[in-house]
Amino acid sequence: MATATRKRRLGRQVAIVGAGLSQFGAFPDKDSRDLFVEAFQDMIQTMDQPIDIDDIECAYVGNYSSDLFETQGHTAPIVADWLGMTPIPITRIENACASSGSALREGAMAIASGMYDVVLVGGMEKMTNLPTEGVTDVLASAADGLYEVPAGLTFPGIFGAIAKAHMDRYETSLDHLLKVGIKNHNNGALNPKAQFNVTIRDLMERRMARAEQRGQPVPEWQTELDFLNDDRANPWIAWPLRLYDCAPITDGASCILLVAADIAHNFTDRPVSLAGIGQASGKPLHDADELTSLSAAKEASRQAYEMAGITADDVDLAEVHDCFTIAEIVASEDLGFFAPGEGPRAVDEGRTALDGDRPINTSGGLKSKGHPVGASGVGQVVEIYHQLRGEAGERQAKKSKLEVGLTHNVGGTGGTCVVNVLRRE
Amino acid sequence: MPSEFNAANFYKRLREDGQLTGIRCNACGGLSPEARPMCAACRSFDVAWHPFSGRATLSTFTCISVVPDYWGQKGYGRNNPYCSGIVTLEEGPRISARITGVDGANPQSIRTGMALALDLADLDPERPSLAFKPA
Repeated sequence: MATATRKRRLGRQVAIVGAGLSQFGAFPDKDSRDLFVEAFQDMIQTMDQPIDIDDIECAYVGNYSSDLFETQGHTAPIVADWLGMTPIPITRIENACASSGSALREGAMAIASGMYDVVLVGGMEKMTNLPTEGVTDVLASAADGLYEVPAGLTFPGIFGAIAKAHMDRYETSLDHLLKVGIKNHNNGALNPKAQFNVTIRDLMERRMARAEQRGQPVPEWQTELDFLNDDRANPWIAWPLRLYDCAPITDGASCILLVAADIAHNFTDRPVSLAGIGQASGKPLHDADELTSLSAAKEASRQAYEMAGITADDVDLAEVHDCFTIAEIVASEDLGFFAPGEGPRAVDEGRTALDGDRPINTSGGLKSKGHPVGASGVGQVVEIYHQLRGEAGERQAKKSKLEVGLTHNVGGTGGTCVVNVLRRE
Repeated sequence: MPSEFNAANFYKRLREDGQLTGIRCNACGGLSPEARPMCAACRSFDVAWHPFSGRATLSTFTCISVVPDYWGQKGYGRNNPYCSGIVTLEEGPRISARITGVDGANPQSIRTGMALALDLADLDPERPSLAFKPA
């Protein structure tokens, strides 16, 4: 058997015993290190038992581009210093928007190797220093700089091309994309950490009220889709994607505490186990086998399902990488939740809503919660950790069985995908 | 062994020869419009330059309104979106390219499957990029 297809397992089981998130949003006064400290503070203050920070032996931090966003490289030791953790080893991991997904994987393998018992993993990104055009350029550098970027393709542009291919191949419409955004904002409105802690309906009604106050003509929007289909309210970014199809530009950080499973009960009576991890690489879209799917997501989920000994049908809820609305639909198909082309119908039927049979992005997703790119992968795990422990508050998924959760974190336009399967113990 | 099969030479050939020149693998016969020092399909290092016909069809596309600085300086933006996409070359492989000669402000008028031809008309010698126009 080729080594590439050998069934993989962790040398030791790994559990999550703490999870923290900074506020997501735009914070002109804060650097990424400050945001990471905020996430860390949230984690230690919400853990079931107090921990001795000196027990943390090693750390991995996901960060895409502090170099370009903050003109600050070599950010990992700065984080260790800001947390008072020097001289522990700490390493920055860069895999575009999957940076912290990959950092988590490195942390899990560090424990599985037997070298460490307690490892901090997280991610951070400070994006709002640059104007939108500058952020567009930085994000585009996660695509192929030799053949994709010279062709004018931006990050939204590549997902726009995927959306067009999905619309050509299946019965996917612009409204399907917009409905993903409406659903994720409905969830994000229940998440106090979310950058856009507001429903699309509330945004629409605020705009109408503001027009009335100013004595301007009041737009005649009856439904959220009327509002979202209005070119002035929701301009095109990269057709067929509009502004509300795109995750925002966000500052934020996330972290979790990984421990060897056999000592998890020293930290909590309710650990969440890392039952399966998978990561795969993929090619630029023009070299991909299909224009409507990310092959790395299929392979990463195959690995994670195999390690966890489950199938897609066993997953109770998921946080998926909705950097664009189409990306959530494609993810729901790549992960095997729905057959290819069936993702849009599942959105129509409300199956992925908070009260659906397969809730997706209960946190609000990257779309509403925000997308500080290097923090997003672990940010997803923070949400699933709280959901599986039944402590997600107003946005707790409604279904009765909540044992297995999944996170799906994409780097760039599918060059990297990290999938984790989490299980309530 | 030093290899001449790289993007700098790809764009040099596009600029100087007016031709899309990728590589052909002498071991498996596979073609790649991207100039690479190694065949990604069979892992052979025995590759050679291969001229592509420049005929293609449009596989998918997007019309970009929020544009990078470079394209903004060329007059593109919210009021003048440009079209980029993925084309399938006559020889089989796909490649990313700008789509010229279409109305980026009217995406409904642009049809996937349409026949395209290599467009060298407004090649920026400082920053060349691959472009196709309706054939």
